[in-house]
Amino acid sequence: MTGKDMTVSIKVEDLQFSYKNNPVLHGVNFFAEADQCICLLGENGAGKTTLFRCLLGLLGGYSGGIYIDGIDGKNLSIRQLAKKIAYIPQAHEPTFNYTVFETVLMGTSVLMDRFHTPGQRECETVEQMLSLLNISHLAERGYAEISGGERQLTLIARALAQRSRILVMDEPTANLDYGNQFRVMRQVKQLARSGYLVVLSTHNPEHALLYSDKVLVLKDGKAMIYGAPEEVLNPALIHDVYGVSVELQKMSTAQGDVPVFVPCI
Amino acid sequence: MITSKEKRGKYYIAAFAALFVTVFVFSIATGRYPIPFREVVRVFISRLIDIPQTWTNEMELVIFRIRMPRVLAGALVGAALSSAGAAFQGLFRNPLVSPDVLGASSGAGFGAALMLLFGMNYAMVSLAAFVSGVIAVGGAYLISIRARRNPTLGMVLAGIMISSLFTAGTSYVRLVADPNNVLPAITFWLMGSVANVRQSSLIWAAIPILGGMLVLLACRWKLNLLTTGEDEARAMGVNTKVMRIVIVSAATLITAASVAISGIIGWVGLVIPHFARMLVGYDYRVMMPVSMLMGATFLMLVDVLARTIAIAEVPLGVLTAFVGAPFFLYLILDRGNRI
Repeated sequence: MTGKDMTVSIKVEDLQFSYKNNPVLHGVNFFAEADQCICLLGENGAGKTTLFRCLLGLLGGYSGGIYIDGIDGKNLSIRQLAKKIAYIPQAHEPTFNYTVFETVLMGTSVLMDRFHTPGQRECETVEQMLSLLNISHLAERGYAEISGGERQLTLIARALAQRSRILVMDEPTANLDYGNQFRVMRQVKQLARSGYLVVLSTHNPEHALLYSDKVLVLKDGKAMIYGAPEEVLNPALIHDVYGVSVELQKMSTAQGDVPVFVPCI
Repeated sequence: MITSKEKRGKYYIAAFAALFVTVFVFSIATGRYPIPFREVVRVFISRLIDIPQTWTNEMELVIFRIRMPRVLAGALVGAALSSAGAAFQGLFRNPLVSPDVLGASSGAGFGAALMLLFGMNYAMVSLAAFVSGVIAVGGAYLISIRARRNPTLGMVLAGIMISSLFTAGTSYVRLVADPNNVLPAITFWLMGSVANVRQSSLIWAAIPILGGMLVLLACRWKLNLLTTGEDEARAMGVNTKVMRIVIVSAATLITAASVAISGIIGWVGLVIPHFARMLVGYDYRVMMPVSMLMGATFLMLVDVLARTIAIAEVPLGVLTAFVGAPFFLYLILDRGNRI
């Protein structure tokens, strides 16, 4: 195989979805492939979560097409889909206090035959993923006892243990403190550089500016625009989507010019 | 380090299995006609290999005819209720759920009370209890299909409603029952006991109970994933719809069949899984078999008390709470941080 894996891709064609008679998504189109980080921007209720649930096969009954690695999502079973796409939810309070190791081990489930329980190979996968994300020291800790950022990294490790090449992340930086937001986003960026296709939603346009390769902006269930962040993200768009005025400035830093949005107060 | 943690689970299961066997022999040995521990073991061994007889024929009769069905019933019901409770708590992601959450117990209780009202025999009472327990959960399940947005919550709510309907029915049956003989029979039955279990009914109940427990054991790894919720479990490749039907069916068969032979024994199905979690952690691969062994051990012990502390039988349903609740309260005080 040379270079990146061409088979890892998502293609969405004219996706429409309605709850009862209430259209949530209409006319969503985009294409993304491996080694990319796609940022989904939009207000609450713009349809981001619905789009994710359609991609993950959790919502049926949509019209239009979703093609995962070139295969129509409707023709993939739950297991087949899980081998291609992993879901990384927001870090939440757990019902049961599983250890970090056990939580990540759950991700390996789809790789085993039915009714098998994890063995040596699965445990090694978990150890590998924990060390990749630098959280090996947390293995024996309870998921309820670690910080929000550590929980998010645990959930990322769980998705990686699933060995799917497409990662769908629902607001990975929500509920995280300032430092953890950057630690998690840096990790995400690295994954997108190492053969994964990452699709994530965020409320922070600056994260899109700093970490994404493509930005998909949703407004009222419609894909307004899709393109490289430096081309798409401008003060007019931010005003259009969020209703606030900002200015785009370039800050020169040791790492070179960094674009930032400055709110006009 | 991690592989040792994975092995620890097997040791836990082995330790609780050893405890179970010890308590089993102890329960057989204890009662109004005490049999020395050593003789009980020798009688069991004599069934496998030929050893000289040192025990009386009476002992053998008491062991196999009188104590065995009762002790086995206690063990079976304890294991059944605990495993069903553990499964439901995981499936519904709620540690406060017990095996009767979907109406299996109250349905079974109503069926039994109705048959007792009509003066039916023990076999008919058991059969009716089993059938109406299954009908109650089936009804709750069919209604919950309409709750598409949150099928789990829909199922619990429908179960609670169905359950209260059947409980009201049982209350009415008790109201019209003859207070001289039928009402005490219903009351005693509803409080739970394994005193009257016969060998034949034990065998009939063992089929759905052991079958259901095997299914739950086969699903024990998947139960871990189901505790993460519908969306996350599906995204990890679990067919949640199928798993829900399989686990609810298995747990219902188990619960209805245990209520059918033992009446309503509360508390065990709710609290034993918590004991198990406190001692061995949350992983269902270890927690499920340990819950079964602990439930069986616990109910055998409580049944020993039920038949020894007073001249008259004390209902198990009363004793389980008397014995278990203080111990559990102590655990909360002692290690509240692990709840």
